[in-house]
Amino acid sequence: MPDDEPRDAVAAAPAPETYLDAEPSPSDPAAVPLPPLAITTAGPGGAGGALDVSAGRIRREHLRLLLRSPAFIVGAVLLLWWVVCAIFGRVIAPDNPVAGSLLQFNQGPSAHHWFGTDSLGRDVLSRVLVGARDILAIAPLATLLGTVVGTALGLVMGYYRGVIDIVVGRLVDAMLALPVVIVAFLFVVAVGPSTLTLILVIGFVFALLIARTVRTAVLQERELDYIAAAQLRDESGANIMFAEILPNVLGPILVEFTVRLGYAIFTIATLSFLGFGIQPPTPDWGADIASSYTYLGAGYWWETLFPALAIASLVVAVNLIADSIEAVLVR
Amino acid sequence: MGGQVTLYLLKRLGLALLTLILLSLIIFLAGQVLPGDPGRAILGPFAAKSAVSSLDHTLGVDRPVLEQYWTWITGIVRGDLGTSYQYRAPVSSFLFPAIGRSLKLALVAFVIVVPLSIVGGVVAALNRGRALDRVISVTGLSLSTVPEFVSGVVLIVVFAIGLKALPVTASAPAGSSIPTEIRYLILPAIPLVLILFGYIARMARAGTIEALDSDYARTATLKGLPRSVVIRRHVLRNSLLPTITVIATQTGYLIGGLVVVETLFNYPGIGRLIFTAATDKDFPMLEAGVLAIGVVYLLATLVADVLYTVLNPRIRLQRAE
Repeated sequence: MPDDEPRDAVAAAPAPETYLDAEPSPSDPAAVPLPPLAITTAGPGGAGGALDVSAGRIRREHLRLLLRSPAFIVGAVLLLWWVVCAIFGRVIAPDNPVAGSLLQFNQGPSAHHWFGTDSLGRDVLSRVLVGARDILAIAPLATLLGTVVGTALGLVMGYYRGVIDIVVGRLVDAMLALPVVIVAFLFVVAVGPSTLTLILVIGFVFALLIARTVRTAVLQERELDYIAAAQLRDESGANIMFAEILPNVLGPILVEFTVRLGYAIFTIATLSFLGFGIQPPTPDWGADIASSYTYLGAGYWWETLFPALAIASLVVAVNLIADSIEAVLVR
Repeated sequence: MGGQVTLYLLKRLGLALLTLILLSLIIFLAGQVLPGDPGRAILGPFAAKSAVSSLDHTLGVDRPVLEQYWTWITGIVRGDLGTSYQYRAPVSSFLFPAIGRSLKLALVAFVIVVPLSIVGGVVAALNRGRALDRVISVTGLSLSTVPEFVSGVVLIVVFAIGLKALPVTASAPAGSSIPTEIRYLILPAIPLVLILFGYIARMARAGTIEALDSDYARTATLKGLPRSVVIRRHVLRNSLLPTITVIATQTGYLIGGLVVVETLFNYPGIGRLIFTAATDKDFPMLEAGVLAIGVVYLLATLVADVLYTVLNPRIRLQRAE
């Protein structure tokens, strides 16, 4: 084994756990375990002590640090805005987002239609506001499903090891050989696009990825004394996993959840753009871009540009939040 | 120690093969779940039932799943990727030219992104904590999270329609010279560049910072070497090692990101091939295309592994001992 750093339990694992297993997965940019930027924290050395055994725990001072981080504030305000739109979109929207006036198609931005109208005469601003709804319902649900299943799977894999660890580990490796978008694409095409399919497929892929992260965290925890103590007390395996280990690995799980949420939005938007995600006539940014970008050549840029900016602002917001949380919790 | 390295690489190769077999199973099973009857899909809704079932029989889709998988996988090993339902022609005659075109696009993206992101990451590290570092890091991070089709349409609006500086499609007219072809590929390559920039730059930044903080860099500074020499000779050599690995592994991602970019820019590469195969329910084409992406990814990880093993000074030292 060329890896000559037996710094943690991972190196001693019989499973092929070399540096490459921890290597970034190109298939999924969000899965790349990149070093945190450490620029979003309030100040250098601001976060809790590095030698703290239970570094994975979430504490109140973490929240205080987060609220002092400009990146977190910007991300949170943007996300909050889109959540408000998702809930009250129909009320805020100046016009009907689904029924348009066919006489006013492809009109540029004006005082009456701030973002112009699309090829069916629908108000683009209204569609952008209401378009937040479906993606902001599906993405968190899929991510939550993936996080819950992935955490349970990762705990079992890391704590018990054995056959399930090897089988799921191999399965994850095979899945990771494909970009998440392609895996999701393949399955959504197979089963047919529907809201439930999107949630299940993305949740399933994420569960495998999250299980891997949780497993690594658990492998490090299980070598610590408090686990040995719990085993001596004759606690049950389930109790050790969920009552002893889980609270100590919540940090990485929370980071994983926020990072994945950003990637869920990325994936759903992309699938919608390809025609296999949220289906028209439901207002959706990705689907709207898919139906309007062919008109770009004719100069009707507003129909495409505004939904594009909406997606960009949402994913950037979620990732600013994810990065701030990572900088505060993992450092 | 050289023998151990070889052994390790052989083990990696074996694992890659195992992963590939698993992957082919997953892909094939996903293809089997696909609703609808291939014969019906090809002949249309008005064809006679007997015609549909006889076509199903010719295609072999009425046989047990495992038998079909075996026929498929042994065919691939022999170089027979199957016959496209849509075009009634060998899949390979579409797949390989498409991969070639995609590689061309990927190459343009790499040529732009690799120097750009390494310089970006190193500059950010050298200005750690200052405004320039923040700008590079936050911009890189934000851009890498925006879906390719989003940055793609914004780029089209600005450069192709607003400034009229670059063509809207990716395919140059037939018979164009190489510089013209490249000019057509620049705009489609940029969304890929934007995604990759953040990751590679971040890796380069982290590696450089680690090297800057190391004892050998401090020793070099203390013995009076000029800063530029310390950076060039001691810092960069060590900091770029993880970056090289990331670049190699990102090749796999790049091929995947092509599905969207090629669809958006109407470029006939592997990405659009998969997209069209999916819309047409052309399973043999779809399965072969997705498998090809998996193979490219596994090759890229292997190359990354070999590069890391060969370039890692610690391993070289071990060999010399």
